[in-house]
Amino acid sequence: MKPFHCIPSQIIQASSEAIAPVDTPLPRLSRHRAAPRAPAGLPTVIAGLALALAACLPLVARADDDPSSPRAFQLPPELASLPVEEAVLTSPPFVPPPIKRDYPARVVVHLEVREIVRPIADGTLYTFWTFGGTVPGSFLRVREGDLIDFHLENSPTSKLPHNIDMHAVTGPGGGAVASFTAPGHSSEFMFRALKPGLYVYHCATAPVPMHIGNGMYGMVLVEPKGGLPPVDKEYYVMQGDFYTTGAYGDPGLQSFDAAKSIDERPTYVLFNGSVGALTGAGALTAKVGDRVRIYFGVGGPNLTSSFHIIGEIFDRVYPDGTFGHPLEDVQTTTVPPGSATVVEFRVKVPGTYLLVDHALSRAFNQGALGMLKVSGPENRNVYSGKVSYTLFHSSGPAPQPVSAIVNAPATPALPSPVLAQVNRGRVVFNQICFACHQPNGQGLPTLFPPLAGSDFLKANPERAARIVTHGLTGPVTVNGKAFNNIMPAQSQLSDQQVADVLTFVLNSWGNPGGNLTPARVHEIRNATQ
Amino acid sequence: MATPATIRDTRPCPSGLRHHVLDTVGRFLGSPSVIPVLIGLACLAVAPLPSVGLPLPAPGMVLIPAGLYTPSLRNTGDSATIPVPAFYLDEFPVTNAQFLDFVRSHPQWRRSHAARLFVDGNYLANWAGDLDPGPLAPPDAPVVDVSWFAAEAYAAAAGKRLPSTDEWEYAFSSGYTLRDARLDPAFQHDLYAWLALPAPPTLPDVRAGRANTFGVRAMVGYVWEWVDDFNSALLSSSPDSGDAAAARVCGSGGFSAGDLTNYAAFMRIALRSSLKARDTVSSLGFRCAKDVGP
Repeated sequence: MKPFHCIPSQIIQASSEAIAPVDTPLPRLSRHRAAPRAPAGLPTVIAGLALALAACLPLVARADDDPSSPRAFQLPPELASLPVEEAVLTSPPFVPPPIKRDYPARVVVHLEVREIVRPIADGTLYTFWTFGGTVPGSFLRVREGDLIDFHLENSPTSKLPHNIDMHAVTGPGGGAVASFTAPGHSSEFMFRALKPGLYVYHCATAPVPMHIGNGMYGMVLVEPKGGLPPVDKEYYVMQGDFYTTGAYGDPGLQSFDAAKSIDERPTYVLFNGSVGALTGAGALTAKVGDRVRIYFGVGGPNLTSSFHIIGEIFDRVYPDGTFGHPLEDVQTTTVPPGSATVVEFRVKVPGTYLLVDHALSRAFNQGALGMLKVSGPENRNVYSGKVSYTLFHSSGPAPQPVSAIVNAPATPALPSPVLAQVNRGRVVFNQICFACHQPNGQGLPTLFPPLAGSDFLKANPERAARIVTHGLTGPVTVNGKAFNNIMPAQSQLSDQQVADVLTFVLNSWGNPGGNLTPARVHEIRNATQ
Repeated sequence: MATPATIRDTRPCPSGLRHHVLDTVGRFLGSPSVIPVLIGLACLAVAPLPSVGLPLPAPGMVLIPAGLYTPSLRNTGDSATIPVPAFYLDEFPVTNAQFLDFVRSHPQWRRSHAARLFVDGNYLANWAGDLDPGPLAPPDAPVVDVSWFAAEAYAAAAGKRLPSTDEWEYAFSSGYTLRDARLDPAFQHDLYAWLALPAPPTLPDVRAGRANTFGVRAMVGYVWEWVDDFNSALLSSSPDSGDAAAARVCGSGGFSAGDLTNYAAFMRIALRSSLKARDTVSSLGFRCAKDVGP
């Protein structure tokens, strides 16, 4: 049993729709009839974190086609008189055209939630929950001051209720309560786009991490009244983490893995909802000299992106999706879940540029990779490409790799039984002896005597067998250096292993060669000295 | 006005807070004029059953023994486990064939006759006609696209009722082979595999449904199921309702999550919370329950 989770009621109230408008001209939509107050004595709401986030579950009323329901909602005159237009929605990676209007409008949005089975990788299917049939969902572009008349439509084939929390909304739950919609139903709510910026939207129905983890996020751009500086290319990219029961690339239809999601161990980290969405034929394109703007957001549910384009420096970054204070000349920008950024750069050199999450395991192993292909003439003033390729000889002594030393060829032309002993003995040495005597047999000064070129060994190889089987304590002199340490008996080694490892040592590092037999080792082990 | 709780308290009710049917109905229908109708309906639905001393056999139903279950969400102050008295539960969800029998004998519930107050525009939408389920609604597949009102009426006509959330969840807490479904890998696999797919146009035969340890079948892999108190899980606290101050202190009012990792349970809670009593959904059916003894 998990501990209880409690939430201050303010958070819950923030998810209750029954709050009178303050200084917005929008009245509460009266077709969302006020819920009857809970009878006195009933516990007042709320929920664990999961539900509070869910914003929204449910709590109160929602749009209703009930024939008994009054439809009294009327816009105040100043809003009712706004010109009405249907929103242009685009699928990623495309963005609707800039807004030409210099006056506010009532923008009508119809966004359908659909649960669909689609490839998440080659040969791997996943059931995505989508806003508009894509991951991320449809891109919405409005102007600061617009009235957005939002219709969230939940397909009859959906298995679950869904809603939408738009970060561009000023109001409880970001619209989550008002838009909470059962399968086969539609909800309408309205909000004013008060603040310019690039905003994430997402589903906020419990369990929220699963709804987001299945792809339920997208973005809305609220253009400043003056518009944005013109550019040549605009693109829409969102990163999300996905949690499947199988491993990366496992074929077939994969299910959501709640345990992995809770532990934040994604199987996939993706740009635009599938491995390869932005590579190959899906790659973004531009021409040399183009000004490129990317609207980049993170749906999550869990991972923060370190967004980077390999080989580009962003001329301008609007951190957190706010247009007030852009940064200039940025290499990598951080975007947390539920946030966004706008990056602008002029492409100067042709070639393929990789979009990555610079937490690079995600790019290398989990799919967070996209491409921007830039065509046009080379620009040698900026980047030369490779201009020469030659052999290189180091001026200093080349370091020898450990393996070359350890595996240094033993005395040539060994008889094959001895050679077999050497090879087996090398394995034993590299498992046990190397720790003190070192991989190259040099030992460590004052601590562990050398075995390489050892006069001590050369003087009496069989003594070494006794030391290995019985250990050695006390002073010895090797190659003129005194050592006084303890070598424990390696009694776990068989007679064969002792014979092998000593044969390896005798035939390595300038030692005199020769070999020991298991039978001889057996005698030495059992000798009374 | 008689409170719904008073009416509902005539039934075994482990948690009075979970049975606010009129509140439910009032909230979602809104119009005061319908309340008396609903009270009548509710009374009909909960007419006391004849007293019996011992469980009688109930054809087509499974006796669920009394026990405890651990809800994923509960009222703060409720104990972590909820006792559920013994009850009968239909072995299978109600099928199209069974619902066809019902609408034959209750013409007011035929698709073209049903009052729009009690069903939305998609009531029995997958049927070919009033008395013809047709190819998209095979006889032994669960009936779907039925409102809570229609389900209640069916149950009442059969001398039964809809299970409470507690009863349904308690029955569902049992796996195929293990008493705790959360630990039953085959059950969990089937559950999430079903959740992972959009609603199919035609549902499978309920007789293929696997039994859980209680002997209840086809609870997984077919449909969501109506419960009597489907939207009791979440009540509203508004800043102007007068009790916001009390709710401000953690524990003084509210719900607590029992198991935040049980995503499937939260999906059921969300689904139920999204519904109004006249709603119909293409993946939502029901099965009936019945009291055991007085």
